[in-house]
Amino acid sequence: MVNDLVLTSLIFLPVLGAIALAFFPAEGKNVIRFFTLLITFLVLVPVIWIALPYDQNLSFDLTQGEMQHVVNYSWIPSFDINYFLGMDGISFPLVMLTAVITVLAMGASWSIEKHVKSYCILYLILLAGMMGVFLALDLFLFYIFWEVMLLPMYFLIGVWGGPRKEYAAIKFFLYTLVGGVLMLIAILMLYFSSDVRQLTPDQLATAHVQVVSAEGSLLTGQEAHAELAAQTLPVHTFNILALQQLGQNTDVFDGELLFGKTLQWWAFVLLFIGFIIKVPSVPLHTWLPDAHVEAPTPISMILAGVLLKMGGYGIIRICYPICPDAGYDLAWVVCSIGVISMVYGAFAALAQKDFKRMVAYSSVSHMGYVVLGLGVWSAAAGGMFDPASWNMGVKGAMFQMMGHGVSSAGMFFMVGIVYDRVHHRDLNQFGGLYGKMPVYTAIAMLLFFAGLGLPGLCGFIGEVFVVLSVWKFSGVLAVISASVVILTAAYILWAVQRVYLGAEYNGPHEEALTEITPRELAISIPLCVLAVVLGVFPGLLFRYMDPTIDRQVTALAEWTERVKLPALQAERRAAEDEVVEVVRPRLARPEAGIADIPPVAADGLSPVKFEGPGAVVASGEND
Amino acid sequence: MFHSIVTHLTDDTLISLYAFSVELVLVVTILTILLLRLCRWTENLDAIYVAIVGTIVALFALMPIFPLDITASPMKLVPIGELPRVEIFTGMLVYDGFSVVIKSILLLFLLLFFTLVKITGVTARADNTDFTTLVLGASLGMCVMASANHMLTVFMGIEMASVPSFVLVAFLRFRRTSSEAALKYALYGAGAAGVMLYGISLITGILNTAHLPTMAARLAEMNLAGMSSTETLVLSLAALMTLAGLAYKLSAVPFHLWAPDVFEGATAEVGAFLSVASKAAALALLVRVAVGFASLDAAATPLAVALESSNAEVAVAAEVEPLQVALLQAEAEAAPADAAPEAAAVTVDSQERTRNFLGIVLALVAAVTCTFGNLAAFTQTNIKRLLAYSTIAHAGYMMMAVPAAVAVSGSHPALAGKFVAYLALYIVVYLFMNLGAFAIVAFVRDATGSEQIQDYAGMLGRNKTVAVCFALILVSLVGLPPLAGFIGKFAVFASLAEGYQATAQTYLMVLLFIGGLNTAISLYYYLRVVKVMLIDSVGDETPPISHPIGMLQSGYMWLLTAPVVLLIVNWEFLHAWLQSAVGTLVS
Repeated sequence: MVNDLVLTSLIFLPVLGAIALAFFPAEGKNVIRFFTLLITFLVLVPVIWIALPYDQNLSFDLTQGEMQHVVNYSWIPSFDINYFLGMDGISFPLVMLTAVITVLAMGASWSIEKHVKSYCILYLILLAGMMGVFLALDLFLFYIFWEVMLLPMYFLIGVWGGPRKEYAAIKFFLYTLVGGVLMLIAILMLYFSSDVRQLTPDQLATAHVQVVSAEGSLLTGQEAHAELAAQTLPVHTFNILALQQLGQNTDVFDGELLFGKTLQWWAFVLLFIGFIIKVPSVPLHTWLPDAHVEAPTPISMILAGVLLKMGGYGIIRICYPICPDAGYDLAWVVCSIGVISMVYGAFAALAQKDFKRMVAYSSVSHMGYVVLGLGVWSAAAGGMFDPASWNMGVKGAMFQMMGHGVSSAGMFFMVGIVYDRVHHRDLNQFGGLYGKMPVYTAIAMLLFFAGLGLPGLCGFIGEVFVVLSVWKFSGVLAVISASVVILTAAYILWAVQRVYLGAEYNGPHEEALTEITPRELAISIPLCVLAVVLGVFPGLLFRYMDPTIDRQVTALAEWTERVKLPALQAERRAAEDEVVEVVRPRLARPEAGIADIPPVAADGLSPVKFEGPGAVVASGEND
Repeated sequence: MFHSIVTHLTDDTLISLYAFSVELVLVVTILTILLLRLCRWTENLDAIYVAIVGTIVALFALMPIFPLDITASPMKLVPIGELPRVEIFTGMLVYDGFSVVIKSILLLFLLLFFTLVKITGVTARADNTDFTTLVLGASLGMCVMASANHMLTVFMGIEMASVPSFVLVAFLRFRRTSSEAALKYALYGAGAAGVMLYGISLITGILNTAHLPTMAARLAEMNLAGMSSTETLVLSLAALMTLAGLAYKLSAVPFHLWAPDVFEGATAEVGAFLSVASKAAALALLVRVAVGFASLDAAATPLAVALESSNAEVAVAAEVEPLQVALLQAEAEAAPADAAPEAAAVTVDSQERTRNFLGIVLALVAAVTCTFGNLAAFTQTNIKRLLAYSTIAHAGYMMMAVPAAVAVSGSHPALAGKFVAYLALYIVVYLFMNLGAFAIVAFVRDATGSEQIQDYAGMLGRNKTVAVCFALILVSLVGLPPLAGFIGKFAVFASLAEGYQATAQTYLMVLLFIGGLNTAISLYYYLRVVKVMLIDSVGDETPPISHPIGMLQSGYMWLLTAPVVLLIVNWEFLHAWLQSAVGTLVS
């Protein structure tokens, strides 16, 4: 009960706060600001409480990879929709990130002077939507929260943004909505082909499937299975966990849909497009630089720090576990998109003159690592199957999301500080800030180096994990992705040189360059601390992620060995037979002809022994 | 013989009257309003109050949750899910859950609509008698449309609903644009009616009957026997002509041309009436005709048969069964008697042709209507014209559920009813959104005297209620969660996805994608209005709010916005009611 209340409050406390704010007088700007800050704190406190190991009921169980803190109530029974929330090692770190970044960005919102009340109301609704996306385990609920964020975000950019705010806001809205609509189509297709009757009692229990019996009582596990077995029609579900079980253990999503592709192939593609628009990956990234440049500083922090992570979260939570077959087949596409984003983002960042636009493109580049890490199935290439390195890739991607959340929010805040003072962002009109604002410059350099991926700071771990994991998948991609680090260093160091170093400042408003204020310091310090702590003790964060990611990757690796590899081998054998059929008539001695053709890579495909994820983690921590 | 026919007819009519109570109440209300004017004491009574009372009485006569089962003897109230589908008035109309649902929606709309007219006072008080009479008369026609089961009632319903609408559009006599709009509307209406009548005469000529289920049965027989190419051609042509009449009522492309001018010329209140009530009735009629032709199972039980099964004493009826009963029974008996599975398979196959034809035509019209409406709305500067195109687009979205229902009606009859219930869900949501939008346009017109989009600039600073409510309603029209518009869209898209999975008809999947893309397209023009209201600031030429918007108006806006915002919290009750009422449409 307490658990239900706490999880629900993470989402709906901000909503209540927003409703309460509507009755505040608009004149008392500071009252409104402090009230909003208080609400964001009230969301942060339970999150920290859950993260700490002191409460038997509420603390996050570090030993468990399964979903925990589950809240599950029937909501719209006629559509099998549940109010279904929960946390695991994938969502909880992102919930923490959201809670922290929201508090800090609210602190940064003090510089907002126009329509403070409306701003705070929209800000809180945005917070509710973000929390909802990470906590929802019902696809319908997930979709609602996903779209709830759009409208507040549109106004936050469109009203409080820069000169081209309306263009940027509608562009953001349209891109995301197109992605959302594609997702909706995929969700509906998955829903109507799902059938929970095909799950075993254990799988039903894992997925927290509830069945209402004839008497109206709720059944789970074995009883639910018995009740479901009596049903004559398919029982559909929006339950993400049940869909994952269906995707990995049954063939309900394997039916052909259109153009010879299976339903799960289409679902994967549609969902993936929806998610990479949010990530954003090249070529669907063009909304991001505009949105970032026009958005006010705190909204940029939220956008880079939290919103982009939703794309990565969707891919790891929905795309791969529900449609593993399509994920396997499309591994090359996914990885290529990741690498292209990294390279393109880095080159684009190098070419920018606008400070904020440069940071925005660096986000495109850094989020490419996330897509790459998630896509490394390590099976499609060279007939090798190595789940250990895939495990590493996923962990790297998750860590990269967290690290980027801290460093990019920090970088945008640093840009915002200097913009507030001199009201321009032209990289060529800076210089010499070190002399005028030494404390600020030190902090900024730390955060920019964290973004660069300097060892010992938060950006490093994720990048190294991802790049290492790619080696087994494809040497070419690994070399390219590793060399992106050089480009990253180039644009960040060049920017640092142009802005902070140099003899003197050569832009307008030189007199306004005053040292960082206490409020700004109070926002920067936590970011710096996080950047250093995550870089030096990555295990602090891996503790939360490891069990869940290990579990998910083990399940998918097991699926690959059980379902995909035999299927591929059968396919090859069929192709082989075909070749023989074609070749036979041409050969003078047919028997010898067959014998000449070597058995194609039956050995090469044999699964490499899965050594368990523990080894990788240990080595990762030693890095 | 003659005596028994008369007995049968009187029995049938008397019992049918119970199922016709809503229409009767509306007729009595109209008469009361007209007669009150003759009496000195009641001469000055505002007719709108009478109309509101009449609507409430009609709602009570309908009893949407526990309607009257007229086949039981004695008659009793049953839960709506158990209401049998029966034909009344010797097969002219149907009385079933679907007609109850559509009539409830119409009456709910009338209630809100009369309140709105009372608040805005758009018509002079002395004119209210005429105004309410016309509205109620049109509603009467819409009730007939919703329960039509015979080509005669189909046509009569459309005309009864249309003719008063022509007058309503021209109600402000001294405005030239109104008169022009009414003339266009009437001319188009007359043309469409003529084409439709021609189509109907061709169909009935070939099929030898105008009774929908019998026509469907004949068509199946003809398919079974094999049709000559001439027959196919004439039938297809006739079907297209009949659909043209329906498309005119739905303002579906290419019969939509009247809509923007009429909506611009008519007052916003009449616009609300045309865009909600008229559309709901037209969609119901489309469902009746399309699903009726697509599946023999959609036929309602003739009243006589229903009575006989529930009360064996009514033996007289058996002697003089109407033609269609005999036919249907012969049909029903023929299939098992031949006991030839191949024959049954062929029958299904022959119906498949009808279904494919209807499904593809309707899907095409829906796709084109939706896309055209959305694209044409982009450049509008007048808010009523914008809403007119938005209405066209929404007619397209709503029509999408019909091809899905048609496609599955043969293989999965239960799904067809489910899909029509999804459509009804959309209509309910649409009622609140569109009535709300037109109401706000009317309030703003009264306050500022303008209906141009640019004159909404800076509304947030001038009147918060208008700005916030209108913004929410417009975003809901896009179909963004958590607002109610999403529920309707979700339901209609669900019918397409489920229909595709059940039948593997590619056009349903294509339609789903088109619907999805249209949602994204439509965002732009709705959001433009929102942007003007919330982001833009008041310009020099923006007309000021000269008549302040009062508490009554604000209350009304919130009354309509509240369901739009809050329905997402729990729409189970609504969905469950609709499913139980409409779910058995085909069985």
